[in-house]
Amino acid sequence: MGLSSLLWGRSAWESTSRLIPNGVGAVLPQPTSGWRIYTVASTMPRIDPASYRLRVDGLVQQPVSLTLADLRALPVAEQVSDFHCVTGWSVDDVRWTGVRIRDVLARAGPLPSAGALAFVSAERPYVDSLTLDQALLPDVMLAWEMDARPLPRPHGGPLRLVMPAMYGYKSVKWVERVVVTREPVVGYWEERGYDRDAWVGRSNAA
Amino acid sequence: MSEPRYVRRFSRTERSLHWVHASAFFVLLGSGLVLYLPSLATEVGRRPLVKDVHLLTAVAWILALAAVLVLGDRRGLRATARELDVFDADDRRWLLGADAPQGRFNAGQKLNAALTAAFALLFAVSGTLLWLGERDTRFRLDGTIVLHDVLTYASVALVAGHLYLAVIHPTTRHALRGITRGSVREDWAREHHAKWPTDAQ
Repeated sequence: MGLSSLLWGRSAWESTSRLIPNGVGAVLPQPTSGWRIYTVASTMPRIDPASYRLRVDGLVQQPVSLTLADLRALPVAEQVSDFHCVTGWSVDDVRWTGVRIRDVLARAGPLPSAGALAFVSAERPYVDSLTLDQALLPDVMLAWEMDARPLPRPHGGPLRLVMPAMYGYKSVKWVERVVVTREPVVGYWEERGYDRDAWVGRSNAA
Repeated sequence: MSEPRYVRRFSRTERSLHWVHASAFFVLLGSGLVLYLPSLATEVGRRPLVKDVHLLTAVAWILALAAVLVLGDRRGLRATARELDVFDADDRRWLLGADAPQGRFNAGQKLNAALTAAFALLFAVSGTLLWLGERDTRFRLDGTIVLHDVLTYASVALVAGHLYLAVIHPTTRHALRGITRGSVREDWAREHHAKWPTDAQ
């Protein structure tokens, strides 16, 4: 009965959570607010928003280096989306504010041969990539706000990728460089056996 | 007043088993909380190192338990296991709040032992699956992470109660001497464990 909870545990947990009235749920301690902070390097990047730059280079007409103010001057995008981690936890209804990939790319002018984007994290050696088609989906963004507050450091502040249709390892934190490439580069976890096209519910399964 | 007489309650093997489990539990809890709580994870950082500490402690825990089982007094442990497994009529009345006479282990201690063993097994299985799941998607089951989390909450509650009775509660805390030095006062044993044949010691 204990071991079988490996199979029913998650749905039981979710139904139990639903049974708790909202008011009661609010006073119960929520030590993690649903999030878990995963990092791969020994120190978590600490980035001063004032001196932060996002570099966009690779197959572009004009490599650019953008400050947060430059990014904020682009059309602002807002969305509420769910976040799913491949290890089995999820956070629903996260509110993100940021900028669409299309508007960032327009500043550098991708060349016709551009086919994919590599998102390089300040947390070495973390990197992941999306095809251009994936990156231009309507709910993909580079976000600087989470739940109406500046993106906290543990969540990838000052800027992270948000790709809700795929598992969280695609949503690179502490993005400091976007490289336009012909083909997607192999990401950190993909080198370790995870799927490149990490669609939620349609990947990383047996 | 004469010198108090002492009777032996826990063998060296039993005490080793207890302290191996207890020390591993606290290292696993500490490193596990750093991995689990966002505030601690941010504060401490060094996730790869903390992860290694957690995993190596888990392996050391299982190996050390196995070593105690192999090298210790196995016959004694089997007898203890049989003792723990039996819930008689007095135990059931005791659990319902009656003042029923108890053996070397009271019914609460039997329950604690059973839950601790069950939690240990489930922790080991779910932890192994978490480790495997990071390497091979076939081992990724939906409930693994929830089971590991819920076990943490449950075992912290159980250990908190255990520590309260062993260290703070005035009438029961003498038991601590049994698990550290092996023996307890005979008069205390008579009062709390009337059915335990202390004369046999």
